[in-house]
Amino acid sequence: MTLTGLFSQLLQLAIALLLAPLLVGWVNQCRAWLSNRSAPSLFLPYRTIRKLFMKDAVVAATASPIFRLAPYIVFGAMCCAAAIVPSLATDLPFARAADAIALVGLFALARVFIALAAMDIGTAFGSLGARREMFVGFLAEPALLMVLFTASLISGSTSLPTIVDTFAHRELAIYPSLAFAGVAFTMVSLAENARIPIDNPATHLELTMIHEAMILEYSARHLALIEWAAALKLFNYSCIGLALFFPFGIAQGGDWVAILGAAPALVAKLAFGGFLLALIETMTAKLRIFRAPEFLGTAFLLAVLGMLVNLLLGS
Amino acid sequence: MASVPFYAQLINLFAAILLLLSFAMLAQRRVLSLIDLFAMQGLTLAVSTAVVAYGTGQAHLYWSAGLTLALKVGLLPWLLYRLIRKLDVRWEFEGLINIPTTMLIGIVLVVFAFNLALPISQLASTVTRSTLGIAMACVMLSFLMMITRRKAIPQVIGFLSMENGLFFAATSATYGMPMVVELGIALDILVAMLILGVFFFQIREQFDSLDLKNLEQLKENEE
Repeated sequence: MTLTGLFSQLLQLAIALLLAPLLVGWVNQCRAWLSNRSAPSLFLPYRTIRKLFMKDAVVAATASPIFRLAPYIVFGAMCCAAAIVPSLATDLPFARAADAIALVGLFALARVFIALAAMDIGTAFGSLGARREMFVGFLAEPALLMVLFTASLISGSTSLPTIVDTFAHRELAIYPSLAFAGVAFTMVSLAENARIPIDNPATHLELTMIHEAMILEYSARHLALIEWAAALKLFNYSCIGLALFFPFGIAQGGDWVAILGAAPALVAKLAFGGFLLALIETMTAKLRIFRAPEFLGTAFLLAVLGMLVNLLLGS
Repeated sequence: MASVPFYAQLINLFAAILLLLSFAMLAQRRVLSLIDLFAMQGLTLAVSTAVVAYGTGQAHLYWSAGLTLALKVGLLPWLLYRLIRKLDVRWEFEGLINIPTTMLIGIVLVVFAFNLALPISQLASTVTRSTLGIAMACVMLSFLMMITRRKAIPQVIGFLSMENGLFFAATSATYGMPMVVELGIALDILVAMLILGVFFFQIREQFDSLDLKNLEQLKENEE
């Protein structure tokens, strides 16, 4: 392990923790602009998290230890994921511990615990949200795996830094399979991050909410951790997308200057990605929950097609 | 990747788009959108044929690209639009099998077609040989569309898009058929379209609907 490797690893984790609420704020601001509302402050998510940390936690009398433990596990899993995904540099000592498949496993771990915690209290909304979350999750996960497999087939490795290294160094060539995978990945990340075609992050209407229904019982520091983890999840997915499909500008090798130079590139790419997300959310309507299999089935189909086309065309 | 010239990469891209459009047609519920998708498929086909012509220097392929453009992007969609306006059939329709299942069957067909095409494309010597599998997949997906749809117009669009797939297969395996054959097929398609248009009116006259289920009974008074 080199010193620069450690440095880039720590810097990347810190940037992920700090920038994640900002990304959420930015997306909310873009959404407000696009729908002609006056936008909330860019730093509102930070203030919400700080406010929640200063409050006293209220826990239901029927709650088991799982309920208290879940926010820490979810937050921990998202931090691990943020350490694995190469967003600033590819020379990450920690990334050797887990590859792309383990990354999907980390997301699944977080999902299982948040669903367990939601059912733990025994309210109707909690179990309703948990059931829907698992329903969306089991449809989205295979599609996500297929997208990662397509990228792995092209680069010959499931390790994320290797994939990004290969993509950033390749000659300029057209990869039809990556185009398929890109569209599929966009659809999956919309579903996984409780975004509009599947779930509306701004609603508390009982019939439609999924993610919000699960965390209704949480308060104070627990809620703060879960909100922060949700922001980190969005950040992680954006970084996976950027790493797979737009890896340009990322630092390769242990050069301090390159790592510091990669940070503005990352911020610019994230700002653009966040704007696109807001645009998609503004232009589409929320699907009925029973249409979700069709939406995610299409994502799976596109991912599989990408892999097949890759095998056939060898590109 | 370095050994593959740029135009071949472009053709691969267009082949992938063709496959995607076939799936989109399979999943489409509305007749009007189906016609738009068919026109887009024709456009993709024409452009990719033109790219093949440019890349390999086969002048006669320009002619077939132009023919495709005129026939499948201009004339046939216009005829179909006119038919729909006259028959006044803009309903959304459901297939025999629901859409996600159809898509899954479609994936299985694609795998089958790719496997089938692999030994054939090894025999071919063209730059575009690897797209043969995609062409066969498009043919099979159109077949599937004809099988799973109950109404007459989607079935006819399935038939037309199958011809698109065959045309693409010919281009990718042997740089296109002789001009005489291509002209013959183009004429065939046009005539078939006109005759089927007459059929639509006859079917509707008889049964008050374009549901082909009605044609399955042999005797008139059998219930």
